[in-house]
Amino acid sequence: MSIRAVVTAIAIVILAFAAPVAAQAPHPGGPNAAAVTEQQLLQQDYLVRGRGTIPDTRSYVIEQPLGRAWRLVQEVWLRWIGVGVILGVAGLFAVVYFMLGPTMIEAGRSGRTILRFKLIERATHWTIAASFTVLAFTGLNITFGRELLLPLIGPEAFSQWAMFAKYAHAYAAFPFMLSVALLFLMWARANIPTAVDIRWFKAGGGMVKHVHPPADKFNGGQKAFFWVAILGTAGVAVSGIGLWLPFFWTNIVGMQLAQVIHALIALAFIATIIAHIYIGIIGLEGGWEAMASGDVDLNWAKQHHSLWVEREFGQDRVVSPPAPRGMIDTS
Amino acid sequence: MPQMKFLCDADRCIECNACVTACKNENEVPWGINRRRVVTINDGEAGERSVSMACMHCTDAPCEAVCPVNCIYTTEDGVVLHNKDLCIGCGYCFYACPFGAPQYPQGGNFGSRGKMDKCTFCAGGPELDGSAAGYEKYGANRLAEGKLPICAEVCSTRALLAGDGEVVAQIYKDRVAQRGYGSGAWGWKVAYNETLQTETGRRRGD
Repeated sequence: MSIRAVVTAIAIVILAFAAPVAAQAPHPGGPNAAAVTEQQLLQQDYLVRGRGTIPDTRSYVIEQPLGRAWRLVQEVWLRWIGVGVILGVAGLFAVVYFMLGPTMIEAGRSGRTILRFKLIERATHWTIAASFTVLAFTGLNITFGRELLLPLIGPEAFSQWAMFAKYAHAYAAFPFMLSVALLFLMWARANIPTAVDIRWFKAGGGMVKHVHPPADKFNGGQKAFFWVAILGTAGVAVSGIGLWLPFFWTNIVGMQLAQVIHALIALAFIATIIAHIYIGIIGLEGGWEAMASGDVDLNWAKQHHSLWVEREFGQDRVVSPPAPRGMIDTS
Repeated sequence: MPQMKFLCDADRCIECNACVTACKNENEVPWGINRRRVVTINDGEAGERSVSMACMHCTDAPCEAVCPVNCIYTTEDGVVLHNKDLCIGCGYCFYACPFGAPQYPQGGNFGSRGKMDKCTFCAGGPELDGSAAGYEKYGANRLAEGKLPICAEVCSTRALLAGDGEVVAQIYKDRVAQRGYGSGAWGWKVAYNETLQTETGRRRGD
């Protein structure tokens, strides 16, 4: 049974129910035959569509009341979800900081380092970080700028900034998507979940109690973050390209949906990144160096990534020489 | 203060497109943009109806609510206008608009939009009334000259009514009472939360 036959069958069933409306007219077919009303059309479909005479086929939709629902999402949902998620995560980590404090290198620094991330890995990471920062602020500007920034700098200056932000958002999207794709290629294999990760999560990642669950190059938490970031990027990329090429793939409802999906994923992404920044800069002594110079202290590496260190030793790839202290006057 | 509204009597509209043409001519609307268009429902079938649609100048306009740069405003006459100097061409007003009114000239490569353009109820924009800059950006400012929008003025069957909402609503109600049928004031429920429907899609003698 072809698709056309199915559609025809459905249409006949619908028409059978719709028929009594037309049957009321004494002269069906005449120019004054009973007309369909707006309410009837809106009960049948989410938009009212007819036929027009101008080339712009989008204009044949004369009414789409869903615009009102989309407005509610912009005016209420996104603002409250945004404020809630961002302040919620920031507050949570403020509590973590004051209750637990940063996780220190328990054995102290050894003075010996091991290469954790190569230059290409760090460069990719910081390309993502820089473009994400641009994307996050220019994106948040669309939802919050009118309330927070416009009253401070006035409508003209805000409009200029918003125009710049609109273009910056479109341009920064490309280094972002490309560098996340590159990171995926480099790190996907090392981020495949294993049984070690389950034990790592059961031990609370060593953050609360002073235990050191074994972990490979990436621990369970890092793997979870990696996949959230990859899927989040895929989500904002697909919906974002849809918004960037308006009506290329879809109609008005598709555009509204793309915008809402884009904004919701982006807000969740920003909240996740706030947590990532906390751990990278404040929450973990010795962690910052991994992405700065690429060399981490050996004791840090043993504490957080024991399996990885063992493997690196096994491959005889401990990089830095023994501690230079006390080795100067050997003559 | 009268609140300006459009009302298209679909039982009178003969789909002649004079409103579309007059609007483009009066306002020097850029190529590719139509502030008003006529759409025919059930075209070619018994009981087809045509509706001339443009910006309805909604009460509590959704476009105004969602504009990220706050460039859309409602005048005390109830006309929804916008400031092209502030518009960034983000397209949000089009997503929010129930009537597909906002239009954008091509602003650059790919989907980049220029400054939004839409029906102004022939009331110009924030520029000084009658100024050359105002005409260049927004088209005619007939309201400032004491005239109504050109689309309604040229309508040969008087299907398209423009003016004080209470007056046009009364004209429509009188018509429906007189002739005995009316397919309703299209868009009024969504734009103004008002229904002028008296007898649902019925004709005299039913």
